[in-house]
This record gives sequence, structure tokens and C-alpha cells, in this order.
Amino acid sequence: MGLGLRFLLRDLRAGELTVLFLAVSVAVTSITSVGFFADRVRQALVRNAHELLGADLLVSADHPLPAEYLQAARARGLATAQSLSFVSMARTPDGVQLAAIKAVGPGYPLRGNLRIAHDATVTVVRHGPPRGSVWVDPRFANLTAVASGDRLELGDATFTIAARLEHEPDQGMSFLNLAPRVMMHLDDVAATGLIQPGSRIRYQLYVAGDAGAVAAYRAWIEPRLQRGERIQGLEDARPEVREGLDRAQTFLGLTALLAVILAAVSISLASRRYVERHYDGYAVMRCLGAVQGRLVRLFAGQFLLLGAVAGLLGCLLGYAAQALIGRLLDDLIGTPLPQPGARTVLQGLAIGYVLLLGFALPPLVQLKRVPALHVLRREAGRPRASPLVAYAAGLVTLAVLVVWQTNDTRLAAYTLAGFAVAAAVFALMALASVHLAALAGRRSSFAWRYGLGSLRRRSRANAVQLVALALGLTAILLLAFTRGDLIAAWRAKTPPDAPNRFIINIQPEQREALLDFFRSHGLPQPVLYPMVRGRLIAINDRPVRPEDYPDERTRNLVEREFNLSYMHTLPSHNRIIQGQWFSDDDRARGALSIEAGIAKTLGVKLGDRLTWSVAGQIVTAPVTSVRALDWDSMQVNFFVIAPPELLAGFPASYITSFRIEPAQAAGLNALVRAFPNLSVIDTAAILQQALDLMDRMIAAVQFVFLFALGAGVLVLYTALIASQGERQREAALLIALGASRTQVVAAQRTEYLVIGLVAGLLAAGAAAMIGWVLAAQVFEFAHYTPNPWLLLAGPALGLACVAINLWLSTRVALHTPPTAVLREET
Amino acid sequence: MQSGAATLTILEDINFSVRAGEAVAIVGASGSGKSTLLSLLAGLDLPSAGEVWLDGCPLTPLDEDGRARLRARLLGFVFQSFQLLPAFTALENVMLPLELLGAEDADVRARQMLARVGLAERLHHYPKHLSGGEQQRVALARAFVVRPRLLLADEPTGNLDATTGAAVIDLMFELNAEAGTTLILVTHDEQLARRCSRQVHLVAGRLAAD
Repeated sequence: MGLGLRFLLRDLRAGELTVLFLAVSVAVTSITSVGFFADRVRQALVRNAHELLGADLLVSADHPLPAEYLQAARARGLATAQSLSFVSMARTPDGVQLAAIKAVGPGYPLRGNLRIAHDATVTVVRHGPPRGSVWVDPRFANLTAVASGDRLELGDATFTIAARLEHEPDQGMSFLNLAPRVMMHLDDVAATGLIQPGSRIRYQLYVAGDAGAVAAYRAWIEPRLQRGERIQGLEDARPEVREGLDRAQTFLGLTALLAVILAAVSISLASRRYVERHYDGYAVMRCLGAVQGRLVRLFAGQFLLLGAVAGLLGCLLGYAAQALIGRLLDDLIGTPLPQPGARTVLQGLAIGYVLLLGFALPPLVQLKRVPALHVLRREAGRPRASPLVAYAAGLVTLAVLVVWQTNDTRLAAYTLAGFAVAAAVFALMALASVHLAALAGRRSSFAWRYGLGSLRRRSRANAVQLVALALGLTAILLLAFTRGDLIAAWRAKTPPDAPNRFIINIQPEQREALLDFFRSHGLPQPVLYPMVRGRLIAINDRPVRPEDYPDERTRNLVEREFNLSYMHTLPSHNRIIQGQWFSDDDRARGALSIEAGIAKTLGVKLGDRLTWSVAGQIVTAPVTSVRALDWDSMQVNFFVIAPPELLAGFPASYITSFRIEPAQAAGLNALVRAFPNLSVIDTAAILQQALDLMDRMIAAVQFVFLFALGAGVLVLYTALIASQGERQREAALLIALGASRTQVVAAQRTEYLVIGLVAGLLAAGAAAMIGWVLAAQVFEFAHYTPNPWLLLAGPALGLACVAINLWLSTRVALHTPPTAVLREET
Repeated sequence: MQSGAATLTILEDINFSVRAGEAVAIVGASGSGKSTLLSLLAGLDLPSAGEVWLDGCPLTPLDEDGRARLRARLLGFVFQSFQLLPAFTALENVMLPLELLGAEDADVRARQMLARVGLAERLHHYPKHLSGGEQQRVALARAFVVRPRLLLADEPTGNLDATTGAAVIDLMFELNAEAGTTLILVTHDEQLARRCSRQVHLVAGRLAAD
């Protein structure tokens, strides 16, 4: 057994390394639990995104796909499945119902599961209905009052309804799903005779498998795509879901980052304490004849071992923690979380060592320089606080780690800058307040004079402690308040009274009847927006061609017809950011208002003239305003709006959105029976899917925050015990010199009171600042006000922290005979 | 010997030699330079002028590590403040110099030595759980366990009451006699000094009497 190991074990056993060991372990635990869990959640979320597609890659077209697409996928070893979707009337014993038919072949779904119900039992399956059977969704069952076992006719074929389809992975992906779903087997389609020339049918090829093979397949197929064919991967999946994913990753990254910073603070403080407590011992060893190199090897070996043991323990705890989190979140996430990659273990160990080398080494190198003379003359070479420069390597490595962990340089930069500025400001303010307090306390009672005086006497040590405490408190406040505020703001982006149903395809002559229907059912009057379909053909007389746009989404956008609308007044959830809403002149001459995002995508600026093909006619008008839309509002939104004068003459259908409570939902069925051509879209279901996703993310982030919080608490603990020994000796000395215990307690109380209060106030200010910067710059919330409770919570938390420590330290100090404490010191 | 920015002569015109097996007390008032002299003798510090020879070897040309190796080979120490490592048990404190020398039988020898100083029952106690006298006895065991040629003792009874101090000193002289160790002792205790075969008196950094 090496001497280093023996020394490590002795130190560990004697509790000399407890704090340092704990700091490294907690650091690695928090980092790896974040790492493991983030890895698993990321995988699960990615899988969820897959589930939105039912595949890793989806190729779809409005015509049968070339056979080579399928062959190429199979040749690459990818799993494939096919489906057809179309809208058709379905005949049930009691009547007819428009249905979105989806015919699925073997293998479907490649990703995600189907949930089907027979009566009350729900089963999870990974296949479509067998031949001769169909599954209908609850909406279809409600609308037609069919049950399992009933017959259903599609075209020329008759099927048996075998089950209720509760959930399909790739639902809500396209407007074909707006009608209730009937799912059938792909091989039964021919028998229905519904596939006729001119039928609107969506052909889909699902592809899934090894990420590399999928990417290769995508690279192969992209240049071969014909007009009307498109592919969707995860990154092309629904943008609002994508955005949620990005935000979740930002949150997780931020959390991981806080844990890293806090760990560094803990480790540097714990190392300083270690050096202070081991300085004498190393001097004795020098005196006993240990050469410098021997001592360096000794403590280097000791710390390398410590890093390995604490790191591995951290990884183990991190793994256990994430397993627990995974189990807790299993229900929320729906799908079991995949196992984390082993890479996280290496990352955890690496981070443990980086922290140890970067933040433990600067104080530790002093042990190398311990003069042997120190054993005879204590004033010879006292350990000193390492200058900030000594931590430069550690700080740079930390910055690199932070960038790597967040995978977002901007977020990393803001957070690091926030902490750096806070640390500098803290240090200055801490020194200033320590001196001010001492000045103020000069003429007061013993307790105040002595307490404040010792605050100043130890001004540097106190400033360090104050900064550490303030940093830890900042993190805790950031987690406790800012997190909540940011998440609340995020949630608030979708208002609770957001519309949950869209009705499309309303014919002009149905408007009055529809509004009557709403009135008679006690529902608020919805706004009906006219919708005219038009294809963008030129910008400033330059023809628009899809191939001119490198971005695939833009190409798809340009290829499709736009839904144009016209209206007199600007919808309340729209905001003009450039130009003016239609003036009388604009109305007379023709004008367009365009949404800011699409304007940017298409490269359209204010004043550009857009030419549209609408119902075979050419319409040209200049852009006179650019609007910002809140897509989270779930209101009807249009990319392009014209004044009524420009488009009112064209055939239009109407669209509306409204909110209906579950209790009123039965009325909707009556509505559909009354107006069979209307399509009622349940956006609540779509919204719920998005909200579920967000909820899962928030829950995950909260759990991850718990570890950063743990790391923060350790910083506080480390900072406070750092000076405990000295305070204990001082208390013993004062008592030995005749001070009463009450006086000693009061003096210490005063000192801690100032530290806790100042640290808390500094932390509150810093947390507010950081939160504000994050909200504005990273999460892009327009309106964010720091929580006013910070001002109260900061000082309160600071006082609570020092109170606990005060109780601990004076309890020890007052129950240890002065001689016992003083003897150790001599 | 000079110290600090301003030249302050702490020891001047000191010239004496100690023969093997001799027991020498360096006596003098506080601030007379006793401890400084001891640190020079141990090679913990170097004189700004003059030379120190140890076992026929000049200390001045050696670097810190060279002097440390010499200490490891030749010296044992007993300090006024015991200087036991707080995280080490009594046994481990005694094992320490042997371990630093890479001795295989550190454990056995340390146990024997602790038994010799009467602490066989206290092997696994930490210094803070030992009385002052017990701590100094551990320190004696640590000093003698490596069979040093020269034992340097700095006010070994300074932190002990008279009775305990006397017992520790008795033990020290016993061990010294058993091992035939040369002893150099710094003290301001005349009574203790008289137990040594020779006394060196320091007054204000100068040798007053030998």
C-alpha cells in the first residue's frame, strides 16, 4: 500500500478530507446526474420527436413514391413502413361521417406506440389493424355512436370495427388528421376502390434505424426529391415542439452549469482549509527529513487518489440519482427512459479532476514550499490565500467546460460573465461593507465593537467568505426564484383561456347559421376570418421559384398555396412592428401586411411588391406593414393579410378559433351533424401534447436543479466552516481572558449578522440581474421583472445560513474547555 | 545570522563542537537566540556567515533537500509543542519517520517503541485524546524510533506541568542512554540543563559560558 494511499485513508478517517471529498463527490454527483439524466431525457425527447413522426425520417408525397426510395432504405439496413392517408366518407349503420383514413402497412409505427381500447381495457400495440378490421378514434366513435364489432363501409369494402384507437404516434402532423381517424390495413385499400385518378392521397414512407444510416439515406434522397415530395426529419418536425426541445436543453444546460461553478467554489475553499490544517504536518515531515519531491509526490498521489475515489463515488451516486429521477418521471415521460451512455462516467471523472487540478491545486502547491523551519518558528512561511491568477487555469477550464456543457456559447458567456462580474462586485462591496461596519461600530457596546472589529481584522478572510456565501446564495436564489419566474413566464406564453378548437371550411352562406348556433349554445361569438388561397408568384416582379431558396422549409412554403385573409382592423393579438396598418389610401390602392418571420424567410421587406395568383387571377400589392405574431396564443393567425377591398371578390371559406370547455363539447357533435362539411379541429389535443412535453421538461429541469441546489448548500457549508476553527480559538481565548459567554456569543453574532445580511443583499441583486439578462437574452421573454421577494429572501436566507453555523460553532466553542482549544493551537 | 530586511544579527561569534554521546544543554533567556541556534544545528536554516558541520559533513553547501536527507539519516526531534500530526493516531505518528524512510517494519518498530514509552494501550488514540505528557511521550517515541545519532529537543517540557515534565525528561534521558544518542537540548530550565553533561549559555546571541 503506497504511502499516499495510507495518508489519504488516515486523512479521510480523521475527517480532514471530508469536506473536500464531499465537494468533489457532490460536484461529480451533480454533474453526472445532470449528465446521465440529461442524456436520458435528451434521448427520450429525441425519441418523442421521433414519435411525432412515427419514424426517424418521413418521406411523403401527393403521388405514389418511386420504388427505389423504399429499396434504398432497405438496402441501408433501415426499417421501413408505408402508409396512405386520404379523406373519405365512412358509412356506419346509422349514417355517414367524413373520416381521415389512414391505411398502414406492416412495420408501422417504427417509433412510438399505438394505444387501442376494447371496451374499458387499453392495450399498447406496435402495429396497425389486421386485414378486414378497422380501428376508429374516440371522436369518430362519438360522432357516429359506433362500438366495437359494428360494421363500417369504406367505398366498396366492408370492415369490422375491432377497437377504439386512443393514440397514434404521428397524429396531429397534418391537416388530413382534422377529420376523425379511421385506421385500416394498407392491403385492404385496393378493395375499397377509393384510389382513383385525381383522389387527394398522401403517400408516406417511414424510415428508422441507426442515426448514421438515416443521415446517409437522407443525403441520398434529398437531391432526388421531385416536386410534391418532401422529407421530414426530427429537425423539421413541428417547429413549436422543436422550440420546446431547444428551451428544455437550455434549461438543463444552465442547471448543469450552475453545479459546475458551485463545485469549483466549494473545492477551492475546502482546499484552502486543508492546506491550513496540514501546513504544520508537512513542516514536521520536512523536519523529519522528507525531501520536497517526496512531499509533492505524496500529496499529489493523495489528491489523485481522492479524485478517483470521490469521482467514482460521485458517478455512482449520480447514476443512482438519475435512476431515481428516471423512475419518478417514467409516468410523465410516458416512454421508459433509455440507459445513459458510459461517456458520462468519463466526463464526470474528467470534470472531477479538472475541478481538483484547477481549484484545489493553487492552494495545495503551498504545501510543497512549507519551510521546515516552520516547526520552530511559526511565523516562518504561513500559508497564504492564493491570488486569483493562480486559479486562471482553473477558471479557463471552467469556462470551456461551461461552453461544452451548455452547448450554447451565448448562454455560457452570459452566465460566466454574470458570475465573474458578481464575484468582482461582491469582493469590492464585501471589503467596503466590512470596513464601514467596523467604523460604525467603534463607539458601541463590547459585542458590537468586538464583533465588527474582528470583521475588519479578518477583512480579507471575511471578504472571501462573504463572496462565497453570496455566490452560493445567488445560485440558490437563482434556482428558487429565477427558475420559477422563467418557467412561469414560459408557461404564461400559452394563456389558460387560449382557444382550443378551430373550425375550417366554413362556407360564406353558413356564417349566420354558425353564429346562431354559438348563440343558442351560450358560447361567445367567434370571429370568422375569411381565407383565400393564393400562390406567391413574384416579389418585386421577380418570379419566385422554390429552387431559389436554399432552405428546405422555405422551399416547401413557397411551393404551397398561402392562406391569405382580409380584414378592416388589426387582430388584437397582432402587433405592427414596421410600417402602418392599412390607411384609406392603402385600401383604395391595395396593400399587404406580412408576418415578420415569414418576411425574413422569404426575404421580403417593407415596400416590396408581392404578386399572387388567386383563383387564376393575378393580384399585386405592396407590403405596407410587418406584423409580429404571438404564435403561442393559439389564435387564428395569417402570414399575409390584405384590406377587404383587395380580396373580397374572390371565393373564400372562413376559419375561426374559439374556446370550449369539456362540458360543452357535446354541442360540437351537434354542430358537426348540423354542418357536415365543417372540419372541427381539436387544437386542445395538439396544445395538450405540447404542454405535456413542456411539463415533462419542467419536471426534469426541477429535478436537475435539486443537485445544483445541493452543490450550493455545500458551498455555504464550506465557506462557513472555513473560519470556524479560528473563531472557536478566538472564543476560547476571550473566555480564558475573562469575557462572559454571553459577550462572546453576542460578538460572534454581530459579525455573522453583518456577513449574512450583506451576502444576502448582494446575492439578491446578482440573482435579479442574472435572471433579467437570461430572460432578455436567452429565453427572449419580452416582459420579465425580477421577483421582488428576492430582496427579502436574500437577506433572510443569508441570516438563516449564518444562524445555523453560529449555533453549531458557538455550541462547540462554548462546550469545549478553553484550554482544550488553546492547547491544540500552541 | 541575519533576518529580515534590516540586518539584525541574532547569533554572533558562536563556536563550539559536540562529541558523539554527549548531552548538551543550550541555556539562555527568552530571545537570546537558543531556538535559532537549534534551527542552524538541524539545518532547518542556514547561517549568513559561518559553517555548521554535522557528523563530519558541512551543512552550508547542501541544498534544502540535501539537508533534509541528512536529517532523515541522523536526527530526531522533540518540540515544545509536540508537533504531532492531528489526523494520525499515536501509532501512525511514530510510524511516520520510518515510513518516510521507506522502512518495511514500520508498524512493528513503532509498536515496540510506543510500548517502551508506556503507551502500548494508547496506540490508536489521536493526539487530541491524549494528555500533554502522553503527547510528548509519543513525540519521544517518534524521535527515537529511527535510532537517530543526534536528538534535538526544543524546550521539551515547556508545555507541561512540573511533575509531568520531570517524568518526560526522565524518560528522555533513559532512552538517550539506551540508544547512546547524542543530545542537544534547548531550555531555559536550569534544573533540566544541569542534568546534561555540558551547558552552553547564550546571552544576546553570544556564547557566554560553555
